[in-house]
Amino acid sequence: MLWLVLAGVLALTLGACGRDEEGGGGGGGSAKASPGITDTEVKLGGSYPFSGPASAYGTIGNGAKAHFEAINAKGGVGGRKIKFTTLDDGYEPPKALQNAKRLIQQEQVFALFNTLGTPNNLAIWDFVNQQKVPHLFVATGASVWGADVKAHPYTIGWQPNYVTEAQVYAAYLKKEKPNAKVAVLYQNDGFGKDLLGGFEKAIGGSQIKIVDKESYNVTDPTVAAQVKRLAGSGADTFLNVTTPKFSAQAIATIAKSDWKPLHILNNVGASKTLVLKPVGLDTAKGIVSTAYFKDPEDSQWADDAAVKEYRAGLKKYSPKTDPNDAFAMFGWTVAETMAKALEKMKEPTRDSLMEAVRSLDVEQATMLPGNKIQTGPDDGFPIEAMQIQEFDGQNWKLQGELVEAKAK
Amino acid sequence: MERFIQLLIDGVAIGSVYGALALSLVLIFRSTGIVNFAQGEMAMFSTFIAWALAEAGLTLGLALLGALAISFAGGMLIQRLVIRPVEGEDPLTILIVTLGLFILVNSLAGWIWGFNNRAFPQALPGGNADIGGVSLAYESLGIVAVLLVVVGLLFALFERTKIGLAMRAAAANPASSRLVGISVGRTLMLGWGLAALIGAIAGALVAPQLFLDVNFMGGVLVYSFAAATLGGFDSPKGAVIGGWIIGVAETLAGDYIGFIGSDLTILVPLVIILGVLLVRPNGLFGSPEVVRA
Amino acid sequence: MSMLSVDRGSPKHRRLQIAGYVALAVLALAVPFLFGPFRVSQFTLVVIYAVAVLGLNLLVGYSGQISLGHGAFFAVGAYTSAILLDKTGLPYLLTIPAAGAVAFLAGFALGVPALRLRGLYLALVTLAVAIAAPVLIQRFESLTGGSQGLTVEQPKAPGWSGLADDQFLYVLCLLVAVPLFALAAGIVRRDIGRALIAMRDDETAARTMGIDLSTYKTRAFGLSAGYAGVAGGLFTFANGFVAPESFTLVVSFSFLAAVVVGGLATVAGALFGALFIVFVPVYAQDVDQALSGVIYGATLIVCMYVFRSGVMGLLRKGFGKVVEVRGSTSGRNDDEVQEVAVAGAGRSAGADSGGVRP
Repeated sequence: MLWLVLAGVLALTLGACGRDEEGGGGGGGSAKASPGITDTEVKLGGSYPFSGPASAYGTIGNGAKAHFEAINAKGGVGGRKIKFTTLDDGYEPPKALQNAKRLIQQEQVFALFNTLGTPNNLAIWDFVNQQKVPHLFVATGASVWGADVKAHPYTIGWQPNYVTEAQVYAAYLKKEKPNAKVAVLYQNDGFGKDLLGGFEKAIGGSQIKIVDKESYNVTDPTVAAQVKRLAGSGADTFLNVTTPKFSAQAIATIAKSDWKPLHILNNVGASKTLVLKPVGLDTAKGIVSTAYFKDPEDSQWADDAAVKEYRAGLKKYSPKTDPNDAFAMFGWTVAETMAKALEKMKEPTRDSLMEAVRSLDVEQATMLPGNKIQTGPDDGFPIEAMQIQEFDGQNWKLQGELVEAKAK
Repeated sequence: MERFIQLLIDGVAIGSVYGALALSLVLIFRSTGIVNFAQGEMAMFSTFIAWALAEAGLTLGLALLGALAISFAGGMLIQRLVIRPVEGEDPLTILIVTLGLFILVNSLAGWIWGFNNRAFPQALPGGNADIGGVSLAYESLGIVAVLLVVVGLLFALFERTKIGLAMRAAAANPASSRLVGISVGRTLMLGWGLAALIGAIAGALVAPQLFLDVNFMGGVLVYSFAAATLGGFDSPKGAVIGGWIIGVAETLAGDYIGFIGSDLTILVPLVIILGVLLVRPNGLFGSPEVVRA
Repeated sequence: MSMLSVDRGSPKHRRLQIAGYVALAVLALAVPFLFGPFRVSQFTLVVIYAVAVLGLNLLVGYSGQISLGHGAFFAVGAYTSAILLDKTGLPYLLTIPAAGAVAFLAGFALGVPALRLRGLYLALVTLAVAIAAPVLIQRFESLTGGSQGLTVEQPKAPGWSGLADDQFLYVLCLLVAVPLFALAAGIVRRDIGRALIAMRDDETAARTMGIDLSTYKTRAFGLSAGYAGVAGGLFTFANGFVAPESFTLVVSFSFLAAVVVGGLATVAGALFGALFIVFVPVYAQDVDQALSGVIYGATLIVCMYVFRSGVMGLLRKGFGKVVEVRGSTSGRNDDEVQEVAVAGAGRSAGADSGGVRP
């Protein structure tokens, strides 16, 4: 039993090591200031999967951090340097909660920024809202973040949600192929089901029919079997709701078969670096997807000032990250929105930040031209427009106009 | 009918990959009684080395050979440096060491090469062959052929060479083997090196279609466990045949058993593991565990 | 040579033990007041994991049956509690015994076929169960919330306690854990425990001595699963949210690592193991985020080299030099344990204290 005493002593020593939690405020500055912000610094925190099955998304954190460093080098925002602390959660919701607690209660950050993953954010949003900490621009397209602002006023998403995206595809098909017979491959989790559900709803009442759907788990080695089954379904359109590795497998499997459907690839899987190059650029010719910010690999933006700035910033502040990685660009772009919100913030308080966040009307050079980031008291979805793009064997070519699709 | 045969060959092809990794597991189990949970990650690491060598400019053939050589040496080193210090310990202790190795190798690969997926060059010819009116992919046929060659070489090694004999002796009875002058330590290292080499082959065979990333062997490992269990954990022949059966079962199940649904295909190898263990724990070809009363 | 020597059961021994318990209680209860809410939540997790790890240790360390799938029983308990909270009006305290009971049944059910398996094969079956768990959770979406998971209300500190919510939760977990630890210690010390150890070491001999193996084995499985289930229920309280991603293979492996690091076949080792799996990943990340997995894996391997019998093994050797408790089984190897056990049996049967040697 004395071992337990020893264990207890050990526990206390462990607890005492590491930073102590500060009592109330985060330091100097105006007496009204929320924790985590002073006249010279504002602290942000985020939880990402730097390890585990979703570790490919970790580069989002790298992109965001690089942009904050670049902004700091130019003097910061409103005279304040942005200190962005990222923690690894391995895509496990309990770990995300631990990270949120650590960031808020120990590190005393001003706001949580860009935490990644639907289940992870679901795990933390009750806690974060209860603590009245801004839970901003979460890196997931679930439609739930903007749907009920009253219940979770401090939480807001950023990217076009999956239902919006599905509506864009439905609109495209209604115009180009109104009698399409669609086969769907989807990831068996919130992301895949959300998009599929949105699509099913959006095509309701039209002549477009889903003739077969197959799902897969992220723990599966490959989706080849599912795709082969879909190939035999008689569909002429393929809706590919997958994450990059599986997107690549699906494209490769179709290429080896006789099936030549109209291939609609979801935005997450549309990366040239992660998906199209590995399968072979000619194989990807004709694939249709959507975009809402500038793809760094797209030659039409090769001389674009914003993209050049991104490349330079990434090279300087996160040299190990591949600048062609669309996830890094994603992180960079959403960081800009964060900076703009901080700029707009009137008082150094969390509530003031939320006011700024809920009244955004921002144009960013990193977004597709005309794609504004807007929020309002009834509009909890910052980005609701996407543009169809088609791959021509070398690059993605934007088609038509930005399509606005409000998730109802 | 054509579809059935195509599925069959597909199943045998992917089953060959499971069988190859299962072969590695069996090799180590036979010689040391340990199940190496890190086998899949070691195979992944080897595949990355091949990729890196190819990226550096080597031709694919040289890159693969280089990776095989490095894997062989690496496997031996791991046995010597990581496993030997805990050799006589409780099997659980050794298990935790292989678990630690799993985490370490996985993270190390991520740190060196990043977590993104990439293409792995295909060594086998593309396109389809027309055999008896059925269109079969050269890739699938190639994978099966490679596995058969590996098995043949292993057979020759174990049955026809002195080293092979020494390895079998050391596995069967280490004490007596030492008495006749066999260096048990060295044969153990050889066993791990060989297992790593076969794992590298498995990785290189399957990476082109699965795409190479840090986690790509994780799912394969589960299926390989099923294959080794089915075949008998101490039977190399069982590992291969078990792999084929699992591969075919998985491929056919999705198509022919409706309620399984594609999200539950992982349950196929698991149910097989459960079934085999309850009915005939030694697997199809394993030797029954003899307990001296 | 020990500095201090006491006889087991003597008044001096008793006094030392009581002093130990008091010190322990003071330390444990001081935690929520010494630290801020984040640390308290970490220690709450330590307590919760310690319960699960203790359960696993009963199975692995004492009865020698291996389980790579305890995360599944943990998930069963967590989901039982979450589903009851979500779908019924059951007061939250009652969901804990429910979680434990359901997990116990699941473990018992697995224990029956497990009777026929040992070593590697049992490991594989439990591995299969662990892999299947998140998949099945997703399948039964209407019950489990599928991939969206279930959000439940966390226990709030009652007004009369004057505690903050996180402090209350810690105390609650402690109040559940302490009797479970005491129970485990009691089981281990008494005949059942000795029977399990005997069974672990030599089944034939155990059978000869009249120990009914199958009952003990399945009960061990059930009991250890029940512990994991209770821990799972508490885990739901601590998180307020369950999702399939929360219960992957990583959880099962962590528990097993904790058992071995803490010390197989020890009761207190569970606490050390839990401390390891809660704090080491955090420190690994602080050292170098990119290399945190490498550091964690390496630490695990090195621990196996250094603490062959776990932290407890090392401590016992050290402690034995400070205090020697005559007639105690701690710190002795298994042969001596058998001697003492038999001697004890002989003593209680009225033989002289010289004991009966086997």
